[in-house]
Amino acid sequence: MTTTTTKREVGQTPPKQVAPPGRKPELKTKASYSTTGDHPLLFELGAPGLCGSGLPVSDVPNADRTTNLPVEMLATSLPALPEVGELDVVRHYKRLAHRCFSIDENFYPLGSCTMKYNPRINERVAFIPGLANLHPYQSDSDTQGMLELLYRLRCDLQEISGLPEVTLQPAAGAHGEMTALMIITAYHRSRGEHRTKVLAPDSAHGTNPASCAICGHKAVTVKSKPDGRVDLDDLRAKVDQDTAAFMITNPNTTGIFDEQIAEIAEIVHAKGAQLYLDGANMNAILGITRPGDFGVDCMHFNTHKTFSTPHGGGGPGAGPVGVAEHLRPFLPVPQVIENGNGSFAWCDDREKSIGKVRSFFGQVGVLVRAYAYIRSLGCDGLKDVSQKAVLNANYLAAKLKERFNLPFPGPYAHEFILIPDFAGDGVSENDVAKRLIDYGIHPPTMSWPIHHCLMIEPTETESKRTLDNFVDVMNKIADEVAENPSIVKNAPHTMPVRRLDEVAASRKPNVRWKA
Amino acid sequence: MQYTQVTDAQVSEMLETIGAESIEELFSPIPDKLRTKGDLNIPKGVSELELLRDTESLAGRNHATGELISFLGGGAYDHFIPTVVDAMSGQSELLTAYTPYQAEASQGVLQLFYEFQTMICELTGMDVANASLYEGASAAAEATLMAINITRRKRVVIAETAHPDTVSVLRTYLAQQDVELATVQVGEDGCIDSQSLSAKLNGETAAVIVQSPNFFGCIERIDRLIPMIHEHGALAIVSTDPIASGLLKPPGTFDADIVVGEGQALGIPLQYGGPYLGLLAAKEKYLRKMPGRVVGMTNDLDGRRGFCLALQTREQHIKRERATSNICTNQGLLAMRASIYLATMGKQGIAAVATQCFDKSHYAATSIAELDGYELAFDAPFFKEFTVRTTKSVDKLLSVCRDSGILGGVALSRFAMGLDDCFMVAVTEKRSKQEIDALVEMLGAI
Repeated sequence: MTTTTTKREVGQTPPKQVAPPGRKPELKTKASYSTTGDHPLLFELGAPGLCGSGLPVSDVPNADRTTNLPVEMLATSLPALPEVGELDVVRHYKRLAHRCFSIDENFYPLGSCTMKYNPRINERVAFIPGLANLHPYQSDSDTQGMLELLYRLRCDLQEISGLPEVTLQPAAGAHGEMTALMIITAYHRSRGEHRTKVLAPDSAHGTNPASCAICGHKAVTVKSKPDGRVDLDDLRAKVDQDTAAFMITNPNTTGIFDEQIAEIAEIVHAKGAQLYLDGANMNAILGITRPGDFGVDCMHFNTHKTFSTPHGGGGPGAGPVGVAEHLRPFLPVPQVIENGNGSFAWCDDREKSIGKVRSFFGQVGVLVRAYAYIRSLGCDGLKDVSQKAVLNANYLAAKLKERFNLPFPGPYAHEFILIPDFAGDGVSENDVAKRLIDYGIHPPTMSWPIHHCLMIEPTETESKRTLDNFVDVMNKIADEVAENPSIVKNAPHTMPVRRLDEVAASRKPNVRWKA
Repeated sequence: MQYTQVTDAQVSEMLETIGAESIEELFSPIPDKLRTKGDLNIPKGVSELELLRDTESLAGRNHATGELISFLGGGAYDHFIPTVVDAMSGQSELLTAYTPYQAEASQGVLQLFYEFQTMICELTGMDVANASLYEGASAAAEATLMAINITRRKRVVIAETAHPDTVSVLRTYLAQQDVELATVQVGEDGCIDSQSLSAKLNGETAAVIVQSPNFFGCIERIDRLIPMIHEHGALAIVSTDPIASGLLKPPGTFDADIVVGEGQALGIPLQYGGPYLGLLAAKEKYLRKMPGRVVGMTNDLDGRRGFCLALQTREQHIKRERATSNICTNQGLLAMRASIYLATMGKQGIAAVATQCFDKSHYAATSIAELDGYELAFDAPFFKEFTVRTTKSVDKLLSVCRDSGILGGVALSRFAMGLDDCFMVAVTEKRSKQEIDALVEMLGAI
């Protein structure tokens, strides 16, 4: 155990600060204020009567509430919102910000999540008043610039996917999957077929089967081979006339580009089923290969992965969906179109459309950021993204395999699987993940798609120095396991809290504050 | 512009470590016949300055609110956003944080979402709330799927006084399910016709979706409707405007089972329709059936207060096809904005916003109704938006207003609901008497 006093020193256990819920936090020193112990809730700040913002005095006559509103509906008390002055509001959110890992501060090798740098310029573009302050019901003549931006983005995504039409409407990746399955269902129905099964490999994202369920389909799992690729025999055995689609992620979640993809497409199409691509891992193939060229009928993009829009602690995303020619009639409305005379418009005219999947016109502010990113990088920069993402992943893998078990053979795409084999020392992948936090690194995706694994995706925006540091840290943790496993098992030691009782949080949920 | 930061010399070094001759070799698993030959048909990359020129030029071809005085509503409103909201939500530690699966490294956003859930409970009058859904319409659809799951019934009723997008999105979702969707027409007064609703209810009804204030701005008598719905064992889903609870009793007061809403009014810029904020709150007994992420308070090993994602066994990454919803990415950043907005405005501020919306919309409505050729389309009470019927051409009068820099309202003709002689006017706290008078004067002069 180290004995230095800097607050972020790895391995240091902070002094015990027992603070049961609801009681006043103890006095803190300045240095530790943001990062140790608990922090008051908004509802524990302020005093009755305080307000952080004011409005101009109303310049119209008061309307009589009792004659204009049913007395039964009129509030007799106000919602118990916080009553805090502006400075304390600012300090509150400043301190909460200090208690977060973020891509701006930390390396995030989070497999299948593509935590790349979010360029500052994209935020600036999104807040240009002429883009940020448009009302969705303004006329097309007032919004020509925005419509052209969205149309250009639509065309770029069509080119990247190799598919003839893309809709910008879906709100996120999972919403895109759902939209795509609705399109596929509508296509089969238009041919008088009611197919009920959707297949997906065991390594698929959880959203795949969950989206199937929303669409009333039965999710059927297809096995993967020991090398991480789809087991074609199992696929052949399971795909039949009742199969609506096979959902595949390629490169898949073990970081392997499944080179059987053309054969998979043939097997699926032979039974009249559709091949769907979960675009979560597009970061590995931009400008390298196109889903439309390897037999995909339908796919979604994750703008907040591939095109760098910020995660915001969980969202927003956007999930544009691209489709092959035969699925175009079923796309959701509205679609942004070019009128042929250089002007742009929304078009609702699509007789066989599945309808609307979201209000208004989609996650426009997110799409603006994606446009800015694609425009910045261009065809050359996008290809460079995938080349460097794949280079970084293979470099990390090469360095880590000297000491760790990488169960699937490379070369890898943009991510790879590592198994920390410390079970003999009683150290799990979760312990390793928590120890990484002490070294300022966000843990990789854990325990999925196979048991006891870490799924590592460095992304293209990281420097060699950061990658080398990660290798050093992983090796250091392996040393710690050998010398003093308890330091790993009890990690993290440097966060405001130690490991949390997640079981209690679900067994006896407390999901809102009560004074 | 490129955001990679590996030099050519480092590339060589890294390839040597890998044992590969070239980056190209790393792509060898992709069969040659599937490889893209040449460049994508996308322009080459540009510098930051060129990008700014491009996007500012596109923006310059738009005419946005701010430049124009907006009386547009219909589900998206020009409310005042305190500077603190942009400043604090723009902190990159919040902006670029990932979903808080690693609780110890995410206490800031977890606490923030816990506070958000609490404030949404307060605004809706409900026991529990989640940490956000996409937007108002899909939130209503998710609530409906939740109600079907709870009641095990296969029939749903929605009032056509709800936002047309809510009705459309619900129709899209339910087309996938073996569920019947019945609609209740708009009554003479702009509200749900309660007899027509009564006729649509039966023992098979899972839920009824009611929006109040409704699409036309009218306040529905949910105090009377909810008991009717409950009589048949159906769940009452109320879609609401969170700002309204600064003046009106929240839906929870009237025993609503699930409350959803569009949270855009809570500090979120118009952004041409999104990203906005889907709200969902419910009675405590339905907590485990809710879609989306939920944050809970718990303790760490030392007994310190802390926060983590709770009830994850409802979610897709654990339960897969048996999850309560397929949602993964939500609207975290927008929930943050709403939280900061509510913290800044506070109890008094929300009351002030609601009161000014009410006073100013009534001032505008009274003034417009006094003009020749204009009347209020509906008698029902309203909150911040109202519907005007006119003997004049709606398209013409809105275009005349627009030419003078005023977005006078939303023409109902765009929704094909047989109200082509009507338009809706929304008046938020941001509109001054002078601006309202200018609109009235212009309408009077046509």
